[in-house]
Amino acid sequence: MATTAPPAEQTGWTKQDIKASRKANRKLHRKEHAWAAAFMAPPVIGWVAFLLFPMGFSIYASLTNWNGLGNMTFVGLDNYTRLIQDPYFWKALWNTVFYMIGIPIGLAISLALALALSRKIRGRTFFRTVYYIPVISSLAAIAILWQWAYNGDFGLVNQALDLIGIDGPNWLQDPTWSKPALIIMAVWKGLGYSTLLYLAAVQAVPRSLYEAASLDGASGWKRFTKITWPMVQPVTFFLVVTNIIAGSMIFTEINIMTPTGGPSWSTASLVWYVWNQAFRNLQMGYATAMALVLGILVLIVTAIQFRINRANEFSID
Amino acid sequence: MSLNANSARAASRALAGAGEPDQGRQAPQLKKRGLFQAKGATQESPRVNALLTVILSIGAVVMAAPLVWMVSTSLKTKDAVYALPPEWIPDPFVWDTYRRVFDDTYVLSGIKNSLIVAVSVTVVGTVFSSLAAFALAKLRLPGKNAIFLMLLSGMMVPFPTLMIPQFVMFSRIGWVDTLLPLIVPVILGNVIMIFFLRQYLHNVPDSLVEAAKIDGASYLKIFWTMIMPLIRPAVAAQFILWFMFVWNDYLAPIIYLNSPEKQTLQVVIANMNVQYATQRDYPLIMAASVISVIPILVVFLIFQRQIIESIALTGSKT
Repeated sequence: MATTAPPAEQTGWTKQDIKASRKANRKLHRKEHAWAAAFMAPPVIGWVAFLLFPMGFSIYASLTNWNGLGNMTFVGLDNYTRLIQDPYFWKALWNTVFYMIGIPIGLAISLALALALSRKIRGRTFFRTVYYIPVISSLAAIAILWQWAYNGDFGLVNQALDLIGIDGPNWLQDPTWSKPALIIMAVWKGLGYSTLLYLAAVQAVPRSLYEAASLDGASGWKRFTKITWPMVQPVTFFLVVTNIIAGSMIFTEINIMTPTGGPSWSTASLVWYVWNQAFRNLQMGYATAMALVLGILVLIVTAIQFRINRANEFSID
Repeated sequence: MSLNANSARAASRALAGAGEPDQGRQAPQLKKRGLFQAKGATQESPRVNALLTVILSIGAVVMAAPLVWMVSTSLKTKDAVYALPPEWIPDPFVWDTYRRVFDDTYVLSGIKNSLIVAVSVTVVGTVFSSLAAFALAKLRLPGKNAIFLMLLSGMMVPFPTLMIPQFVMFSRIGWVDTLLPLIVPVILGNVIMIFFLRQYLHNVPDSLVEAAKIDGASYLKIFWTMIMPLIRPAVAAQFILWFMFVWNDYLAPIIYLNSPEKQTLQVVIANMNVQYATQRDYPLIMAASVISVIPILVVFLIFQRQIIESIALTGSKT
């Protein structure tokens, strides 16, 4: 844009000059195009080779009966009809959805923490760091730690509950408590992250809004519902979307803490079932079909959320 | 659906701790005006703050207790693990467990493998990602926005959907049980990083790049001497986040790595959890877990400011 030739009348350029200039311009841009293409090439190659190609392959493989090694026999939509009739699939889907209960709980606690930390409290940097440490710790290590903490007799959780006179269940061995156990752990691990994002949003709210509201005699609760909550809404949206996507892929803690899918299959998640079918039972065709359904479900849920978010869009002034 | 750039900057400044003098400046101002002194919204009651400090402290104990317990268990004798009520301070301290972790288990090779994967992926991948972000933000290429959207679509596809065909691909070329399937697909660039850096580069005026071009600088030179220094803070933050992600990954390594000496650290400790739990050797398992957490923890404590700033920005840049 900065390299377009100036108009001929003003500079006294001849037609040849302009032609030459345009040619040089094209040449210059050709070089730029080449470099730009070269710089973009690696991620584009990665996208084609490790996303587009596997996706296409997936769609075909989901229509076959296949163990991953031998021949693929085309079976049409059999895998999908099998999936609809597979109680384990529905159970795994239900478990995966159930884990999402932890998302609103975690967000509510994080927002409360962020509001507290946004005040002038001594040691807030220290608190922030402590709350954040579980986030950076490896999920594998955390899962191992909590598996042991949930031990019915010697675990930390039941010891702590003992102190306040509650006789805790044998968490991971009990079909009613295994899912809540995993939810509690996930909330504990993710708290620091959402608190941090909320804290940033809360501190970015202009103080003049609160001052104006209190001049008008708005109560603390009113100020929260009418100012804070709408102002942090973009962060809430971001956290809900990312948490649901991450939650739909829950695998690590399931596989480490309940390697067999939990008591009466109460903890098996969708990804865990896919993984189990593909790499333990070598039902690659069926597992691929399930993985595709998972991908589509995530896409639909995300699209719905964007729709809702657009409907709720507002502006403060 | 986005906070404006100003509020994002204010947020990161506040998070970085620089916000405190800000508030300090505001308080006396309010007093001078006097109007808000009595029941101003920005006035904080010390009693409420004291109560909140207590609640936050209890919360901090809940957050820290399991981790402290992990360290404490790793230093106990095998039998002391089952003591009732549990002891928080091991008696005696068994430091030997950590020697056993390194001598008798695959933790050391796990660290080595994890480092190979994480370092190669993040270092090379960061170069590729920033080059692509530079080209997408500042260079001319017909259809580059379509390319960007195409790359972004990759974020929509969850890894579990791709893992089976990817596994089959890599097993065909004999890469199963090597670190290559963990490196090659991700080393070519990270969409999140490209997205973030591209946004960041929009604040850099085009005229800067044009001027350098007129001076005859090559594109690589413009990138290294001009763009890179400008985006370094953003690159550093994204780099650290990516490193943590790769270091902590579990699903991809567990699919590809079978031989114990080739496994990454997270798979090694997960397998130890199965193997040694039957021998009731919890101190050893916990010691390995502590070792897997420590490197990232150290990195976090050193770069805390940058990491926190970057996370706050990613959240508000949506």
